[in-house]
Formats: sequence, C-alpha cells, structure tokens
Amino acid sequence: MTTSVLTTAPLPPDHARDAEEVAQLERTWRARRGLWGWLTTVDHKSIAIRYVATCMVFFLLAGANAALMRLQLARPENTFIGPDRYNQLFTVHGTGMMFLFAVPVMTAMALYLVPLMVGTRDLAYPRLNAFGYWVFLIGGVFLFVSLYLNMGPDTGWFSYVPLAGPEYAPGKRVDVWAQVVTFTEIAALVAAVEIIATVLKLRAPGMSLNRIPLYVWSVLVIAFMILFAMPTVAIASTLMLAMDRLVATHFFNRAEGGDPLLWQHLFWFFGHPEVYIMFIPGLGFVSAIIETFTGRRIFGYPVMVLSLFVTGFVAFGLWVHHMFAGPLPQLGQSFFTAASVFITIPTGTQIFCWIATIWSGRPRYTTAMLFALGFIVVFVIGGVTGVMLASVPFDLQVHDSYFVVAHFHYVILGGVVFPLFGAFYFWFPKMAGRMLSERLGKWHFWLLFIGTNVTFFPMHLLGLDGMPRRVYTYLPERGWGELNLLATVGSWFIAASVVVFLVNVLKSARGGAVAGANPWGAPSLEWATTSPPPSWNFTHTPVVESRSPLWEAGPAMPVATGLRTDRREFLVTTALDAIPDSRHEVPDESIWPLIMALAIGVTFIGAVFTPWAYVAGFTLASVAFGGWAFPRWSKAPPPPGRLDSSSPAREGA
Amino acid sequence: MRRGPTLRRRIAAGAAALAVLALLAACRGASDQSALEAAGPQAGRVERLWWFSFWTATAVYVLTVAALAWAAWRARRREREGGAQPLEDDRGMTRGVVAGVAATLAVLVVFFFYDLAVGSALSGPPTRAPLTIEVTGHQWWWEVTYADTSPHGRFTTANEIHVPVGQPVLLRLASRDVIHSIWVPNLAGKKDLTPGYTQTIWFQADTPGVYRGQCAEFCGHQHAKMGLLVIAEPPAQFAAWAKHSQQPAPEPGDSVTRRGQEVFLTGSCALCHAIEGTRAQSRAGPSLTGIGSRRTLGAGTLPNTRGNLAGWIVDPQRIKPGTHMPPNALAPADLDALLTYLESLK
Repeated sequence: MTTSVLTTAPLPPDHARDAEEVAQLERTWRARRGLWGWLTTVDHKSIAIRYVATCMVFFLLAGANAALMRLQLARPENTFIGPDRYNQLFTVHGTGMMFLFAVPVMTAMALYLVPLMVGTRDLAYPRLNAFGYWVFLIGGVFLFVSLYLNMGPDTGWFSYVPLAGPEYAPGKRVDVWAQVVTFTEIAALVAAVEIIATVLKLRAPGMSLNRIPLYVWSVLVIAFMILFAMPTVAIASTLMLAMDRLVATHFFNRAEGGDPLLWQHLFWFFGHPEVYIMFIPGLGFVSAIIETFTGRRIFGYPVMVLSLFVTGFVAFGLWVHHMFAGPLPQLGQSFFTAASVFITIPTGTQIFCWIATIWSGRPRYTTAMLFALGFIVVFVIGGVTGVMLASVPFDLQVHDSYFVVAHFHYVILGGVVFPLFGAFYFWFPKMAGRMLSERLGKWHFWLLFIGTNVTFFPMHLLGLDGMPRRVYTYLPERGWGELNLLATVGSWFIAASVVVFLVNVLKSARGGAVAGANPWGAPSLEWATTSPPPSWNFTHTPVVESRSPLWEAGPAMPVATGLRTDRREFLVTTALDAIPDSRHEVPDESIWPLIMALAIGVTFIGAVFTPWAYVAGFTLASVAFGGWAFPRWSKAPPPPGRLDSSSPAREGA
Repeated sequence: MRRGPTLRRRIAAGAAALAVLALLAACRGASDQSALEAAGPQAGRVERLWWFSFWTATAVYVLTVAALAWAAWRARRREREGGAQPLEDDRGMTRGVVAGVAATLAVLVVFFFYDLAVGSALSGPPTRAPLTIEVTGHQWWWEVTYADTSPHGRFTTANEIHVPVGQPVLLRLASRDVIHSIWVPNLAGKKDLTPGYTQTIWFQADTPGVYRGQCAEFCGHQHAKMGLLVIAEPPAQFAAWAKHSQQPAPEPGDSVTRRGQEVFLTGSCALCHAIEGTRAQSRAGPSLTGIGSRRTLGAGTLPNTRGNLAGWIVDPQRIKPGTHMPPNALAPADLDALLTYLESLK
C-alpha cells in the first residue's frame, strides 16, 4: 500500500516510486480483454469514444437522408422519391440529427472530456454511464432499422397531434418515434446527472468555481438544462402520446376534453431549450480552442460564465415562438418575442470577448482554430435571422417556410457542427495519441464552409418566395427550381467534406504524427496526462492553483497523493472551493448496465406492439436492478472515514 | 510563414460574393406567391419590417465579421513587429466589448419596438366592415364558405377564394382533421387551422390579381399539393361572381350532359362531392358547384383543362399519391359525358 493521507505539496521527482505506483495502478485499473471486456467496461474514455463514434454513424445516416431529400428537390415534380418515403426521410433526418446526433454527441464529448478537464479518474457514476450508452444505442438502432423496414416515423420530428394521433397515423410508425425519444431522453438524463456530480464533486483540489474551464461550465449549464427540459418531452411522448395511441387515452383529443395545443407546449418547452443544449457546449469548444491558439486566457471569464448561465435560463422562455401561428393570445406572444430578441445579448457578448481575445493574442491558424472562426462567420448569419424570427409579424410570413430551414441550419451547422469538428481536430490527439492531418483538415474546413453556404443561403430566398417546409415536391411554375438545384449542389460539398474528414480520421488514427501529452501547448488539465490517457487518467491527482494551470505551473505542477493504488478510487472535493473532502471507491466492470439497458429496450420496443410489454419489462428490469445493486465484497477493508483536509500534509507509509 | 490574402485577392473575393448575390437575386421564384411582392396593407407592413431587418442585420453581420478580421490582422501585425507576449490591455478590451454589447442592445431595442408597433397595427380589427369567409382545412384541400348573414347568401366552394379589391376580408379558420396553416404571402402572414379552435385572420388586396397560397403546416402525405388561389377582383366583378355562385348548378341542357349528370349521381362521385341543385350533398370532398369555372384541380395542383380533369378522375393517385380520392374506372363514353357535365358547371 502506498500513501494513504493527502498531501498537496509538490513532490520531488522519485522515479522508482513512480514506476512502482504506475505498475500497481495498471494492475488495479486494467481493462478486461475481449468481447466480455468490451461489454462490461465502465471506463468513461472508452465508453465516450464509442458514444461519439455511434453519434457520428447516426450523423452519417441522417445526413444520407438529407442528401436523398436534396436529390428529390433538385427539380420540380421530381419522381425520384414519393411522398410516403420522403415524409419518413425528413422525419428521421430531423429526429436523428436532434436526438441521436446533436445533443448526444455533445454529452458524449463531455463524458470524455469532463473527468480529464477537472482532473479526476472517472465519472461520478461509471456504471450509469455504461447503461446510458447502451440505452442510447438501442434507441438509435431502433429508429434507423424502422426506417429501412419502411416503418420509419413520418409525421415530422415534432409529431404534432392530431396528425400523429391514433386517428390520422394508424400503424406503428409514430409509436417508433415516441419510443426512440424515450430512449434518448433516458440516455441524456443519465449523462446530465453524471456531469453535474462530476463537475461539482470530483474537481481536482484547488479548482474552485472561478478556475473551472469555460468548456466545463458550458456542459454544466446544459446538464442542468437537460434535467429541466427533457422530462417534459419524455412524459409527453412516452406517456401521453404513446398512451393515446396504445390504450386510447384522450390527452390530445379535443372532442374528449383533451387538447392538441398541450402537445405543442410540452414539445416546445423541451424543443427550444434543446437548441441551446446542443449549442452551448459548442460555445465551450470555441472558448477552449481560441484560448489555446491565441496563447492567452479568454478575455472576460466571469462575463463568459454568466453569459452561459443567462442563455441557459432565458432559453426556457422562448418556446412559444414556435407557435406564433397557433391559437394563442397576442399579449403573451410579445413576452416571448422579447425573450427571443434579447437572448442574443449573452451570445453576442461572448463573440465580442472572443474577438478581443484574438485581438490581444497570438493567433495560430490551425484547423481547429479555422473551425472556431468559421463558427463565428456562419453562426452569426443564423443569429441575425433568429432575431428576425422573434418578430411575430415577420415570423408569421416565414414560419414553416424554407427561410426557417435556412435559419436553423445556419444555427446548427454554425453553432454545433463547426465547433464540434473543431473540437475533433483539437482533442483527437488526446483521444488517439496521434495528430489529425492538417492538410486534409483544411480541405475539410473549406469544403464544409462552402457547402454550408451554397446549400443553405439560397433557402432564405426560397422561403421568402413562398416555399413551405416539408414538401416532397413543388410545381414547375413556382420558379423554385434553380435555387433548389443550387442547394442540392451545395449538399454535395458538405458530403465531400465529411468524406475528407472520415479519411483523415482513418488515416491519422494509424499513421498520424505521434501527439505527446500536450501538442498544442494548451492550458487545461486534460493535457497534463499522456495521450491517450491511461485508464486511471492521472497517476497523481493534479492540484490547481490558477485558471490555466498548465501555463502557470508548467512541469512543476503540484499534485495530491493519497489515493489508494490497490483499488479504484477517486477524490471527492467540496463543491465551491474544491477542498479535498473524502475518497470514494469507483465501481469496477459490470455486465448489469447492459442487461438493464436490454430490459429497458424490451420494454419500450415491446410497448410499440402491446401494453403488456410494460409488465414483462418491469420484471426484467427488477432482475437487472437486483443484479446491479447486489452487494459486492471488497477485496480490501473499507477506507477510513472522511479526510481531514486541514491537517498538515504527511507522508504515509 | 504563410502570406495573408493580398488586397487584390480580397477585392476579387468581395466581387465574387456580390456576383453570387446578384445571381441569387436573379433566380427568384414566381411573384404570385412571395412575401416580397406585397399586394395589400398587411403584407406591405411586414415587407417594410423585413427590409428594415435585412439592412440592419446585414450591417451588424458585416461589422462583426470585419471586427473579427481586423482583430486577426492586428494580432498578426503586432506579432510581426516583435510583440512576443499576448497583450494585457484589459481596459481597452473592456471598452471594446462594452461598446459592442451596447450597440447590439440599441439595435435590438429599436427592432423590438418597431416590431411591436407592426404587430399591434396588424392585430387590430379591420378598419371597415369586412367580408367574412369561413375556411376549413381538409387533408388536402380547402373548403371555402361565404358566410353571408342571409341564408340565401351562403354558398360553399373550394380551393379558390374570390375577394373584392380594396375591402378587408376576414377569414374564419377551422379544421376538419389535422392542423393546417393558411399562407398567401402576397397578402398576409400565416395562421394555423387547429381542430377544435377557431382563429381569424384578415387581409386586404389592393391590386387585382391572382395570388397563390399553400398549406404551411405539415399535414400528411399531400401537404406539398395543398394549394389555393386568392382571386382579387374589382368589387363589381366580385359581386357578379358571388351572385352567380349563390345559384344552384344549371340543369343539364342536352343529352350528353344529362348522361354525365347521371354518371355523377349514380356512380361513386356523389358519395363524396356535392353539386348544389342536385341530390349530391356530401361534404367529404370539395363541392363541385362551379367546378367548370375554377382555374385549378386537385387544390392548386393542375390547370383545369378537360384532359387534366379526365386524368384526375381516372387516376388521382398518380397525380397526388395518397389523396383520399379513389381511382375511377369509367367507360370511355361515361367519362366523356361526365367531363362535359362537369365543364358545364360554370
């Protein structure tokens, strides 16, 4: 046994002891091998990489839908795809991109990065993390398999009742949608809980609130947003819509005292914050990238953090702007106009702070930095059209037209996809230990940049000239043919850029330049450990003394010792000042999260066909819960109680 | 060190961008379904709001991107001049950021109040007594009823709304099945037709013409082909049309139209369609009183010609897959008679 009491003094280098410690950690944290190891792992890094890869597969599949839709719309009265197939394609495109790509890929990146950035060994609830991934995987596969079996949902990603109700959507397609939403909401809620607990309780000693990296703040904000936003849609879809369809309740049936507007409120109370849930981590990525590649701290840290929080709060006050054309009182609408207009301020503030940071820094134009700058150039177009859409009279003209399609694709490509690709170029070396090719990266960036603008800019004009959304075709005399063809050509650029990216990843994962611990000279803790990090992340828990520890402390960074190396432990610190509080045992590998996820899968996929699936699923889930919660007999006796962090540092035996 | 873009390259890039914008402007759609070709006061106010927003947004965007480019250029120049360390000019940067935020706030406040003014002008009731028309959404067509106060004045048509120029028109909106949304961009913004609710929207056409609209809320298979026409006519012409439309359909005058009426009434047509003055009174499909004088078939999908009408009757699923109208296998002579009869219903 090594040291058992915490010390926060810089350790004199002692290579022999270090080597012994590493050997012991390796034994303790060693991942199991083979398929069984793959199914039972609880390592946040391998789960998160899997999660990100899965999201990217769904991104490709949902993107393929979009490419097919663009082909169909390339000319008027095209007969390439009929309405039945087209409606499935756009519904699964929207559902897939929102529920299976944009939000989960952001939480998945956080599940990888947060423990490393706060300097701890794993997420707060590693088994829950594994469970969340499996549930997500089952839901996503269910959606796309349904599409390929021609039972894909076809009432839009928003599934408005009564169109999605039992009377006008017979068959199982909408039930598939309702249950896919359930799966993804469970996964998102689970991830949110892990992120909140990890950020608040597992930060490295010394990482008080005012030293948390901006990216970590951004995911903390969205984790809380997920907690408040996701349950509404989960209840609306899993309980109310599914029950209306399955057991003939009348939540949304006006004739029986229900109300179709109730659905719209519940959906958009989730749906609008959702936009910010996927966009706020993008802001975090941009802050991390700009900070590193300008070589100076982000200007206005407190304002940046406050902006994230204000955005997170106000995001819950915008949902009615999706319903301006509906039967709602005018006075109420103007409050939502005000919120929708003024939510621009915090984001604008952040953009100005980044510009100031670039102005005063020493910018290096790597691919990651290009994506961060591309984010500003593309996203601001979506931002200014967003302000226009806050206006009730203008919104009533372009609502549900291609103008809105243009607007939110600028927002999502600009605010999510550009920062995400930037983040991939930035953190791929950490994840894979090798650099992505900068040359291919620049091809990737410019193809995406051109493609985004060529595809989506003409859509503004199409919308103003009367083209509604969600149409499988249009008449030749409308004159929308040329701009639609242009948009289709643009979509090929986007497709090409994604191909370049995939080639880059596949080539670089094997043959890229070896990265080293901190290839970019970045300031935050994830760069203090090797690339890729060992399964225990940090051999010694780093101690943080500033907001950009790797710049100030350099190689002489103080560390905290005292965590046992003969069993898996992480250090729990206080929420505000990150003062060491206690040690906590980390659960090891287990098959039960997978079994629990399968039980949930049986329940909700079965519930598409029969309500009895709930009975079967409850039984299975009880068994899985029993197995999961079954007491474990530790190999070693339990540790002593709380640490007294005020006691003078001592070296233990 | 890579060279930055030279001035000449920048000018070329700017010219290319302008050329692209000009090209886009040249590719505009038809003008009879456009929010940028307002033909009445409602759409006109919104169009002015749009142009205000457009120019403001363009200015904001250009300034933001220019600030970013300037910041990058300054940083590079300082580096060339040997500034080894990042600058720590907190006061200057605070001033810059505060100025940016204040300018943004000012623009937003102006926009917000302008928007509220437009909103309140649009949401008020019509200034003069409006013509009231009930519009009911169906999958995938529009039922249009002129709601005159006298029972004789009430009549129902479909997919075409005739209105007098210069008089406010109030649409009373309802839906028979799912949510639809009426949108005739040249005249006004859109409004949902939500089952269980009645909403109203009003507009006024100042220029005679035919304005096209389309359903804007996704409503199932044929959402794409749920169009309608608003035909704005001088008041006298409108009054004549309305008077004519209140009459029942003319009796068949010759043997062919008589045969056609028989086909209509004894075949499957009468199960769904109504023709005033006959026994056919079903409301499941569009009323066909006056079908002969309508401009389009299949809710704004096809020009109303004899050939198109024949194609539509025989196989509507080919033209509008998923529509609720079934195919009708008629003997050629019957079809011919039916077409003649329907065309006689002016």
